[in-house]
Amino acid sequence: MSSGTGVGPVEKTGVWDRFTIGQKRVIWAWAFLAVPIVFYVGIRFYPTFQAFWLSFTNWDLLRPARFIGLANYQKMFADPVFWKVFQNTFSYLIIGTPVSLVVSFVIAYYLDRVRFMHGFIRALYFLPFLTTAAAMAWVWRWFYQPVPIGIINGFLANVGLPSQPFLRSMDQALPAIMVTAIWAGLGFQIIIFMAGLRAIPQTFYEAARIDGLGEWAILRKITLPLLKPTTVFLVVFSSIGFLRIFDQVYNMTTNDPGGPLNSTKPLVLMIYQTAFSSYDMGYAAAQTVVLFTILLVVSLLQLWVLRKR
Amino acid sequence: MRNRFTIAGLATGLSMMALGSAQAVEIEYWQYVFDSRVQAMDQLIANFEAANPDITVKHVTFPYADYQTRVTAAKLAGQGPDVVQLFYGWLDNFVAGELIQPLNPEVFPHEEIESEFFPIVSAMKRGDDYYGLPTAVRSLALFYNKKIFEEAGLDPENPPATLDELLAAAEATVQRDGGGNITSVGIAMGMAAQDHHWWREGLIRQFGGQPYSDDGRAVTYNDEAGIAATTWQADLYRTHGVTQIGFMDEPQAAFRAGLAAMSIDGTFRLGAFNAIESFEWGVTELPANADGYRSNYASYFANAIGSSASGEELEAAEKFLAYISSPEAMAIWLDVVGELPARQSAALTDENLAHPVYGPFLKGLEYAHTTVFVDEAAQRQVALDLEARISIQGQDPAASLAEAAAAEQAILDAFFSR
Repeated sequence: MSSGTGVGPVEKTGVWDRFTIGQKRVIWAWAFLAVPIVFYVGIRFYPTFQAFWLSFTNWDLLRPARFIGLANYQKMFADPVFWKVFQNTFSYLIIGTPVSLVVSFVIAYYLDRVRFMHGFIRALYFLPFLTTAAAMAWVWRWFYQPVPIGIINGFLANVGLPSQPFLRSMDQALPAIMVTAIWAGLGFQIIIFMAGLRAIPQTFYEAARIDGLGEWAILRKITLPLLKPTTVFLVVFSSIGFLRIFDQVYNMTTNDPGGPLNSTKPLVLMIYQTAFSSYDMGYAAAQTVVLFTILLVVSLLQLWVLRKR
Repeated sequence: MRNRFTIAGLATGLSMMALGSAQAVEIEYWQYVFDSRVQAMDQLIANFEAANPDITVKHVTFPYADYQTRVTAAKLAGQGPDVVQLFYGWLDNFVAGELIQPLNPEVFPHEEIESEFFPIVSAMKRGDDYYGLPTAVRSLALFYNKKIFEEAGLDPENPPATLDELLAAAEATVQRDGGGNITSVGIAMGMAAQDHHWWREGLIRQFGGQPYSDDGRAVTYNDEAGIAATTWQADLYRTHGVTQIGFMDEPQAAFRAGLAAMSIDGTFRLGAFNAIESFEWGVTELPANADGYRSNYASYFANAIGSSASGEELEAAEKFLAYISSPEAMAIWLDVVGELPARQSAALTDENLAHPVYGPFLKGLEYAHTTVFVDEAAQRQVALDLEARISIQGQDPAASLAEAAAAEQAILDAFFSR
């Protein structure tokens, strides 16, 4: 307003007025962006780099941190528990992600065609996603108990099958927990898949049917390829979820977190225990760096594999 | 305008505070949140302030899970507590972190501490200094369900007194369905609950062993006595089948539901078990071995003086610590929290010893040991894994014990090599 038109020399102009509209826009944009940037730098990036530094120290909260080089990493790679936990983390990922995606796609694919009580059924699938993980884990924990209180074992006993140890077994505990994690995330994945299915233009299907393609061919040639962006999103999202699994495991095994004998312990739970029950912050930071690297590599790998060609 | 008012307001506030501190000294007391403990401490503070009008005590509480992080953060910020409560097992960490200071022997004479308190107070001593004093202590005892005892034809007023009798009672009370599944256990067990203490300080000593070397730096339970104790305990579920690890998720749940004839637990469980209405229960001392030898595990939270307290605050903190470690305070604590007095004179009164519930716990204190943990959670995990290898993987108790000893020694070595 003050010195607008550019007609005649204007003597007294502030620094601000010398900028062009375009420059002002950029300044404003950065002024607003500064808030989240400062937030992320202060709350996310700075602690991340701090964690890298801590992983080279023996900080235990109480005594001052001392630089110990790669000792934490040496200890970690020589620790059989770490490798067991590493393996568990990838079991959650490698079994959990494909199974949950296939199941949710199949449900979404058929649910999409159901008209009868469609909304109600969809709500039923979505309900577990809204429930607190801790509450759900406790309910499942009691389901898995031996008789007289475990529902599943009660059912097995009634039909004359031997009772199963579930959470008190080296082989069954991890799958038993994974089932609940898959079930909990199913609703969300179904909704996303259905949105993806709805976004595919009906005309493609009509054309295919006119050309005489069967259902299987339509699924392979039209539905799946066009659903790729949705699938990429869900693969990345669910992989990160399984790599970071914690609530279900911790709440279903609170008496012996990650047990029995570390057979269900994921990396995040190991980090939590190292940091907040053993107060070995340096060692916990080293484990965090490993988790960070895994998450980064897995995400980049998936984006590369599922990229647009 | 507004600024000037703010400054004026602040100045007034500051001068009021200065005025206040000239008359009275304020000290801070820190403990974790647990309803009955907070109530008891509020009562003690009220009594103390009435007797010492020139001292005010600010009661600060925080969730148990934040304990060490909170205390450490406060120390880094230079705002530590004047008197703080800590678990005896954390003492080494608190001393190393310079969070607390040694007690002045002129105010708290060693002879008095050693003659008055139960011997387990020695766990608060490092070198020549005591670092804290407990108000109350906890021990273990055997809870038993009188209804189940009667139904099994056992005398509910005559609970098992020896390990053999315990096994016999468990065998008489365990119940199974047609498929062989246990529907009610003879004794509810699990290292995840209190059994790791029973194993470490009770059974191992009763079988003639010793869990750790006298200086606490070496694991010494991997010997014949240790193997015998571990095998005896494991045989309860391994061969006798009188219990099942993980039955009803945890022992106290099984006992509360009336599906366990016996359970070993601590004084802190009294609150929960007092709410049981469907059956009557009793408490007895932990069973003796064949020679009549008993051993128990005791633990406690002690109160210590923060490292930042000095001058008149230190004086006030010492007065306060002396009061909350007095027999009067212990009586109030027993009343409100249900934890046993830490002074023998206050604990071992005729009335307390004859008490049907407190009595067995108090008798247990006389022969109780405290484990000096360096990493409580990790050492408990060692016991859990010991049990899991036997109960789930079917490993031989002796082999499992050897693995446990190696794992726990590694934890001790890591701590002492720092």
